[in-house]
Amino acid sequence: MTAEAVIFVLMGVTALAGAITVVMARNPVYSGLGLLGTMLSLAVIYVAQLAHFVAAIQVIVYAGAVMTLFLFVIMMIGVDVAEDTSENLPRQRVVVGVVAAAVVAFAVYLGVSGGFEWVPAGSRQPAAEASIGTVQAIGEELFANWVLAFEVTALLLTVAAAGAIALAYFRRRRAVRE
Amino acid sequence: MTDWYMLLAAALFTIGAIGILVRRNALVMFMCVELMLNAVNLTLVSAGRALETLDGQLATFFVLVVAAAEVVIGLAIIVAIFRHRETASVDELSELKG
Repeated sequence: MTAEAVIFVLMGVTALAGAITVVMARNPVYSGLGLLGTMLSLAVIYVAQLAHFVAAIQVIVYAGAVMTLFLFVIMMIGVDVAEDTSENLPRQRVVVGVVAAAVVAFAVYLGVSGGFEWVPAGSRQPAAEASIGTVQAIGEELFANWVLAFEVTALLLTVAAAGAIALAYFRRRRAVRE
Repeated sequence: MTDWYMLLAAALFTIGAIGILVRRNALVMFMCVELMLNAVNLTLVSAGRALETLDGQLATFFVLVVAAAEVVIGLAIIVAIFRHRETASVDELSELKG
């Protein structure tokens, strides 16, 4: 068993446990912490796959900023509101279970039957010299071939920030006027 | 090894999709969306590594930025709805009237 396999098993188990916690937990705070565990586990997996920059931004942006925002909103909205667990749509849970089982079975079938063989380097141990995601390598690629997407991303973030401020500000102003 | 990463990503995506369909709390549904985005990121990084290219990691970078923007707007909307209607359950929000 290689070191990567050991890391994969450990972090895969914690990632799945966190994901199940997100869905199963009655308290939204536990859901948030489960999602945090999943994200940190995936960051470790990214490191094992030599995607260093992606691992770093996974921790900083996702585990840091996004989850902090989530937990802040959960605390603000209140965690003591009990969720109604009765089902309005008949047989929906059965359909969900069947669909989920079908998706997982399809993925297992692809994995077992060599459905990923089209990936040229999928079977052998990759040399990975060209795919080591250091900040320098990512930056050179980003500002050489992906400049337009990068600039559009900047515009998107600006619009998102302005939209969030507008959502918060105009509602408060109306409340003050009333 | 790539197979196993793809299987893990498929499992995470499926759990997230189940959460979207089963849960009622808007915040938890939103977290499930994040879970699905994370699963897709894992497939991108794994496939990029198997193909020995950096493009997968760059795509992951952009997915991450879009997810961050989505969280900002989505949570702002949820908070605005909560101030107005005092609930975060999507079953209570079944009409467009404010």
